[in-house]
Amino acid sequence: MDFFKRHFFVSLFAVLGLVTVAYFGSQAASLQVFFGVVVPYLAVLIFLEGLIYRIIVWARSPVPFRIPTTAGQNKSLPWIERDLGEQLDNPATFKHLVGRMALEVLAFRSLFRNLRTELRKDPANPEGDRLIHWSYKWLWLGAIAFHYAFLVIILRHLRFFTEPVPMPFQLLEHVDGFFQFFTPAVYLSGVVLVVAAFYLMARRITNPNLRYISLAADYFPLLLILGIGISGILMRYVYKVDIIAVKELALGLATFHPVVPAGIGAIFYVHLFLVCVLFAYFPFSKLMHAPGVFLSPSRNMVSNNRWVLHVNPWNYPVKFHHYDEYEDRFREAMIEADIPVEKES
Amino acid sequence: MAKVPKPAELLPGLNFQPPAKGWMDVKPDFRPGTYCNPASPKWMEWISYPFPEKRSIPDGEWALPDNWQEIVLEGMEDRLNRFRSLKVFFDICVRCGACADKCHFFLGTGDPKNMPVLRAELLRSVYRRYFKKAGQILGELAGARDLTEDVIREWYFYLYQCTICRRCSVFCPYGIDMAEMTLLGRELLASVGLNIDWAMASVAQCYDKGSHIGATPQAFKDMVDFLAEENERITGVTTTPSYNRKGAEVLFVMPSGDYFADPGTFTMMGYMLLFEYIGLDYTFSTYAAEGGNFGWFISHEMGKRLNAKIYHEAKRLGVKWILGGECGHMWRVCNQYMPTWWGPVDFLEEPVSPITGTRFENAKVHKMVHISEFTADLIKNGKLNLDPQRNAHIKMTFHDSCNTARGMGIFEEPRYVINNVLPEGNFIEMPPNTIREKTFCCGSSSGINANENMELRMQGGFPRANAVRFVHEKYGVNHLGCICALDRATLPTLLEYWVPEVEVTGITELVGNALIFPDEIERTTDLRDRDLVGFGEAAEEDAEEAE
Repeated sequence: MDFFKRHFFVSLFAVLGLVTVAYFGSQAASLQVFFGVVVPYLAVLIFLEGLIYRIIVWARSPVPFRIPTTAGQNKSLPWIERDLGEQLDNPATFKHLVGRMALEVLAFRSLFRNLRTELRKDPANPEGDRLIHWSYKWLWLGAIAFHYAFLVIILRHLRFFTEPVPMPFQLLEHVDGFFQFFTPAVYLSGVVLVVAAFYLMARRITNPNLRYISLAADYFPLLLILGIGISGILMRYVYKVDIIAVKELALGLATFHPVVPAGIGAIFYVHLFLVCVLFAYFPFSKLMHAPGVFLSPSRNMVSNNRWVLHVNPWNYPVKFHHYDEYEDRFREAMIEADIPVEKES
Repeated sequence: MAKVPKPAELLPGLNFQPPAKGWMDVKPDFRPGTYCNPASPKWMEWISYPFPEKRSIPDGEWALPDNWQEIVLEGMEDRLNRFRSLKVFFDICVRCGACADKCHFFLGTGDPKNMPVLRAELLRSVYRRYFKKAGQILGELAGARDLTEDVIREWYFYLYQCTICRRCSVFCPYGIDMAEMTLLGRELLASVGLNIDWAMASVAQCYDKGSHIGATPQAFKDMVDFLAEENERITGVTTTPSYNRKGAEVLFVMPSGDYFADPGTFTMMGYMLLFEYIGLDYTFSTYAAEGGNFGWFISHEMGKRLNAKIYHEAKRLGVKWILGGECGHMWRVCNQYMPTWWGPVDFLEEPVSPITGTRFENAKVHKMVHISEFTADLIKNGKLNLDPQRNAHIKMTFHDSCNTARGMGIFEEPRYVINNVLPEGNFIEMPPNTIREKTFCCGSSSGINANENMELRMQGGFPRANAVRFVHEKYGVNHLGCICALDRATLPTLLEYWVPEVEVTGITELVGNALIFPDEIERTTDLRDRDLVGFGEAAEEDAEEAE
């Protein structure tokens, strides 16, 4: 089996395996406490601890040099104009740095810049081949749809953990379910998430170079999230579960008085288990790009190195070729060439 | 030296299809023309670098020390603890591939290991194997692999196919910077004795004498004096350079490329004319005669060891501040590292232009001003009498050097100068996706402008040259301007290969052409002895014809 197949199918079977475990495991009444209470608590614990641990590990290493990627005109002479875009792409103040990070985190600024470069071959005149660079926003669109749909879904789910459901969550639910072409109302976010995840998966598999670099660690989270999305959709629209019982379970978890009501369908446990795996997997995976981007030195530093001193905590003296040694070696020649010296002999 | 295939032979083979085998099973093909020779032990001894041995790639003699794995892994751990960048960049990549077609080496070679994401994986796979639980347990399935000699060879091959240009980092949604990983990876290679000869020779010469060409003080003076004479011959203006002069107001530091080879020398002549014109009290130093920092190409520490000379000399000479010439990586080092290495620099003053009185507040800690900032300020304040018509024979496009672009952000100053020394309509930009922060590297920077890897250099420079060819064919552009000495060293070769009709020029050279001195002789040629358009005999003939 080649590299791609190994990494893809291992991920696929891992997710299918998880589905199977949850589906059959939850059938046994004795295991429902395990899937409904133990696993969720464990997953959240691992998530929080792992997340904090990883961030501490990162933060323990210092940032010895100020290395922002300067993607716009720097601040220099006062009359050189810098528009807002340039001030954000090469931030000279903390305020602009916050703007740069906000754009990066909320709007995926760098991905928005994405280009596609293609070699236009000219068979008649091979020397005339041209590289064409054009703006390519599909990856940005896929990524932003995916992440925002995910966010909406998470917020929407908070209605299970609150009673009474706060106004903003109710409102969100209404907006999300605005297009009423099916009963119950279809949440747009769920559809967008699944479509976007399919797109991200499809590009990974169909683009030869992307397939070449992809690892199980790339397929697994995507498949897991697809599994979560699909099981959620099935649960809401096809294999309906006892929603009152689900809320009872969720509220119990949230208030630390866990109860496991009987009669919630197996599909719910599949959904919940996949979510738990995602939580527990998060701190050990590439999903850590979410907190990581905040610690990325090429993005989170003010570009002011020439006027504000940046201190390197492990700066150490180095051996260099001192002027005195230099002059000792070349003194005669320097005198002969009329180059001033410190010592005449 | 391997024969370099012609463009028409090179391009048909360029496709972007990865091999059928997984990347961990593909070994680099050390084909002549595509790799740099290992460093001669002599240079390594000069700067006391470890494991100086005679090495030969074709003969498979890598001469790794017995405990090389231990050294590399300890070195990696040490760097993970010292550089947050490395830790974060190792952990957070999602392999989205946005960086892939941004790299000029990928676009020029089609080799998937030149996609920044995969080049980084070459290092990351080892990190996962030895520093991450998943990698230790799952091995290849977690993208981990053992550190074998093949892996080290692969690092050597691909880390010297990255010019630290940072174009990938602009497009990465998390700002992952291949340059940072390449630099630290090269440090690991150096720790087991693997360095490339061209870079190492330059470093050793810079360290030992003062410039990468190894010019002695008297040789440096001869070269600069000669250029002063050239200035006098062409313009009639005496430009009297001074050397190691104590009490000068300004120490001027330029890259050595500017005084030893064309077309850099014309930029050097331009500097001297400009300083003469404004009466700047400046001195050159034979000791700090190299602004370019080849040391930074092999390690942070070596960068610091070479950079030391600039402040050291400024202090000894008692100058007020430092002016820096047109150089790319010199300025990236100046901007990103120099104040941190040596600061606070309290023996110098906050730079003030003695001509305009402008305070360079943006350099108040660094105490060093870029020549483009300095010149733009002079022009803005009307201190220069310029005749752009003297550059009428030059139709130019401007190459943003990767280091000053993405490691500093100096875009407008050179353009302001250009627009004031070229006649209107003679400055044409390349396509927007190939300039400014999206500029393409010359393909030979970061110590790889050797001769033995010429095919690779021509491939790496292909995207840059391709954009130049576009404006050449469409608008008749005949010059490529830049503010980088490595560009002036490498781009002529690149353009000779891809667009032979276009020449390379520094920006201060154009200033030198355009400056009108009150006591100058009649100017009939530019600094390169090329006839001016509409001046001298040509102009008289035109006038006669008109009569």
